[in-house]
Amino acid sequence: MLTARDLRVEFGLPGGRTARAVDGVDLDVSPGEIVALAGESGCGKTTLARTLLGLEKSTGGTVAFGGEALRHSSKALKAYRRQVQLVLQDPTGALNPRHTVYDAVAEGLRIHGITDDEPGRVAEALSRAGLRPPEQFFLAYPHELSGGQRQRVVIAGALVLEPSILIADEPVASLDASVRGEILSLLLRLKEDAGLGALVITHDLGLAWSIADRIAIMYLGRIVEQGPVEQVLTEPRHPYTRALVSVLPGAPALKAAVPEPIVLAGELPDASRIPLGCRFRPRCQEVASGAADAVLHECEGEDPAVLGPEAAPHLVACHLDRARIAA
Amino acid sequence: MTLLEFKDLSVTYRGSRGRIPAVRGVDLKVEAGRTLGIAGESGCGKSTLAMAVLRLLPKTAEVTGTILLDGEDLLEMGWGRLRAVRWTGASIVFQGAMHSLNAVQRIGRQVAEPILVHEDVTPAEAGKRAEALLERVGLPPSRARSFPHELSGGQRQRVMIAMALACDPDVVIADEATTALDVMVQAQVLQLISGLVTERGVGLMMISHDLSVLSSVCDTAAVMYAGRIVEQGPAAEVFAEARHPYSAALGAAFPVIGDPASRKRPGGLAGDPPNPAKLPEGCSFRPRCAVAEERCGEAAPQLLEVGAGRLSACFVAQDGESIAV
Amino acid sequence: MIGLVLLGIIVILALSAPILIDESALSVTQATGERMAPPSAGYPLGTDEVGRSILALTLWGARLSLLIGLTATVVAIVVGTTVGVTAGHVGGWYGWVALRISDWFMVLPSLVVAIALLAVLGRSMSTTILVIAMVSWSGTTRLVRAQTLTVQSRPYLERAKALGAGHWHQMTKHILPNVLPLVLASATLLVPSAILMESSLAWLGLGDPNVVSWGSILNRASSNGAVSAHAWWYLLPPGLAILVVVLAFMMCGRALEAVFNPRLRGERG
Repeated sequence: MLTARDLRVEFGLPGGRTARAVDGVDLDVSPGEIVALAGESGCGKTTLARTLLGLEKSTGGTVAFGGEALRHSSKALKAYRRQVQLVLQDPTGALNPRHTVYDAVAEGLRIHGITDDEPGRVAEALSRAGLRPPEQFFLAYPHELSGGQRQRVVIAGALVLEPSILIADEPVASLDASVRGEILSLLLRLKEDAGLGALVITHDLGLAWSIADRIAIMYLGRIVEQGPVEQVLTEPRHPYTRALVSVLPGAPALKAAVPEPIVLAGELPDASRIPLGCRFRPRCQEVASGAADAVLHECEGEDPAVLGPEAAPHLVACHLDRARIAA
Repeated sequence: MTLLEFKDLSVTYRGSRGRIPAVRGVDLKVEAGRTLGIAGESGCGKSTLAMAVLRLLPKTAEVTGTILLDGEDLLEMGWGRLRAVRWTGASIVFQGAMHSLNAVQRIGRQVAEPILVHEDVTPAEAGKRAEALLERVGLPPSRARSFPHELSGGQRQRVMIAMALACDPDVVIADEATTALDVMVQAQVLQLISGLVTERGVGLMMISHDLSVLSSVCDTAAVMYAGRIVEQGPAAEVFAEARHPYSAALGAAFPVIGDPASRKRPGGLAGDPPNPAKLPEGCSFRPRCAVAEERCGEAAPQLLEVGAGRLSACFVAQDGESIAV
Repeated sequence: MIGLVLLGIIVILALSAPILIDESALSVTQATGERMAPPSAGYPLGTDEVGRSILALTLWGARLSLLIGLTATVVAIVVGTTVGVTAGHVGGWYGWVALRISDWFMVLPSLVVAIALLAVLGRSMSTTILVIAMVSWSGTTRLVRAQTLTVQSRPYLERAKALGAGHWHQMTKHILPNVLPLVLASATLLVPSAILMESSLAWLGLGDPNVVSWGSILNRASSNGAVSAHAWWYLLPPGLAILVVVLAFMMCGRALEAVFNPRLRGERG
């Protein structure tokens, strides 16, 4: 199991300011489940993914795999990467244009010094990724493939190391709409047949609905709501999630939960200027409408704590929500 | 009132590898105060259609048919008239606002530029108008003094819209204007665009690959595949209950949250979008179609009525049968 | 294309020099012709001050000029590419120091440095090569480092890192193959400048005294009063040869650059 506890990543900016890109995140991904991490661009979701992969160093908190904390020595990282693999957004850029499909998929094997039956392993990975017959693709170059096929090659390149968890950063965002379903079905099938776990990073809540078991909503470096997809998306409790869900086009089933579209004013603040108290307060529709007056002093003064690994499956970082539950 | 009308429009690119048809016989109308949505994937010809309106296509493009703007044939216009019509008659909001704005010029000047070009006003007046336009798209007028890099993606897209509106055009074409934006910012921009249509009675032609966005904003939707319109009808109906297997698949790619039917069942199509240089015989969609029959390989289906206000270019749907798989 | 054909002819001529003209034609003591004679049937390009055929000298000179030009370029390219790739990839302190050193070499007036170095190291063919390489590697470093940084930001490097690739793998499998075409193009532009530099040094009398190159022919010509004697046949052949070779390499280089450099390709397309 891949776990993050109170994970923090800070970047120094020119002018001595500090951007808190990831500001306290607790997240678990187990084999056999797909977790969606959703949020707007700039909310820190890609930084979080890179940190989970060990491509970025955390400035606080821990990443652990199978109960063992991730160390940043090159040997420990190499062993870790056989278990946790990455699928990038843009398959065209993720493949070296000068490498054939075979080389691209075999690269992981060569890096890890796995020499027995290389062609067999490559063929196996390609066919698991849905490129059949695999031999037909061995000598193709990326530019000869379609976008969907390229993304399958990238996925095959990750699968060849037989990882237990995939981290996919917007895996279908650059693909044509009609091709997306195929790639998502592939991820679902890998989960169901092979017990692969996946963290899928996306800005598209519909994608989470299509494939994920659990979803975490990220706002300004922190997860503000997480839980099973059905609960979080059809009965959202955090004001931010409610607003996100309400503006989705063509979702009549949600009218019960959020009758009117809530279009938040303004945009995501800068990660170097995270508001005090609740970070969502300046844009919160509940604060603006006065519905949160009873807990306003908490919203202004107290940061709702990092959502921890608690017993409840559905977690919400909102003072108003807590007051309502308590009432 | 019909502001913009395409009649049997075809665009063919002459390339080194032969002639590539991008748009093949399209008939469409944009009405005042209404929104027409064009859905389709990359390479289906939807952007070519947008560029054809302002004659922005490269020299290698061969255009046949007619495009009527306020009853005047755009393809017959001389250059002087065309220049006058660009921006005052019809304007485009492009995708990728970062690249369409000049990085070293203040926002206000860029918005004022079309006004100065097309109307006999002083720079001061044009500047005032530019500030008013920025205010109308939800930006503080003080933003006129900013440079593009000082704005966020959503704000830049708003500037693009303000520029498109600068000379009070009758028709606005939005080509994937919200695609690169986040859900919340997209909602803000869509709200803004819809408001302009109802308040000012412009005719809006909105181009997107996202059928779900079109269904929530547009009155009519046309789905394009391989340069042809394969389905047309009221936007919400096309999305909810498609009459062409391609629109059905495209709609399924955007699941309805809360709908148990789409939960953990990502919809989509096998195969890849067609290569316009090598289109199959008969119906272009046949190789990817789940309900294809033998006759689909023999002749290309015409766009025919399949219900009140609904048009479909599918033999199966035209026979009144279900295209659901 | 013209550049390539020219180059081909020159290289063939240089390689076949021993077959066409015996090496003894270069010997000062065995010179057969008259001194400083204008072109004639026996000596199509005339003779020098000891009676050797200028044609023979020029042909044999081509061998040395090309050899020094090519070898110096290879050395400069290897050093420049290594430093450039490592500076771009490793970055940090090492990258900063490597870059400053190459900057330093870049701003020094190369001919002056070369003269000083040759004076210290002594005149020989190998020191000439070394000195030319030393003053010309920094440009390649700059170019390669910039290209390395570009490749570095490509997602496929991120993918390789996530696969567990070490620095060696990233540099040899991804960065180098993407940098090499550009290096090749810049190499063809470096060769003519190396040849020019060799000619300049030899003309100044800093070449290897035991061998004949175009520069050394010119040096002998001027030191033996060819100019005042109006012996144009002594000056023109080596001078023109330098010009033609430099032009041919330049043309090839520009053509290669246009093919490999996407920015230039865009401009022309």
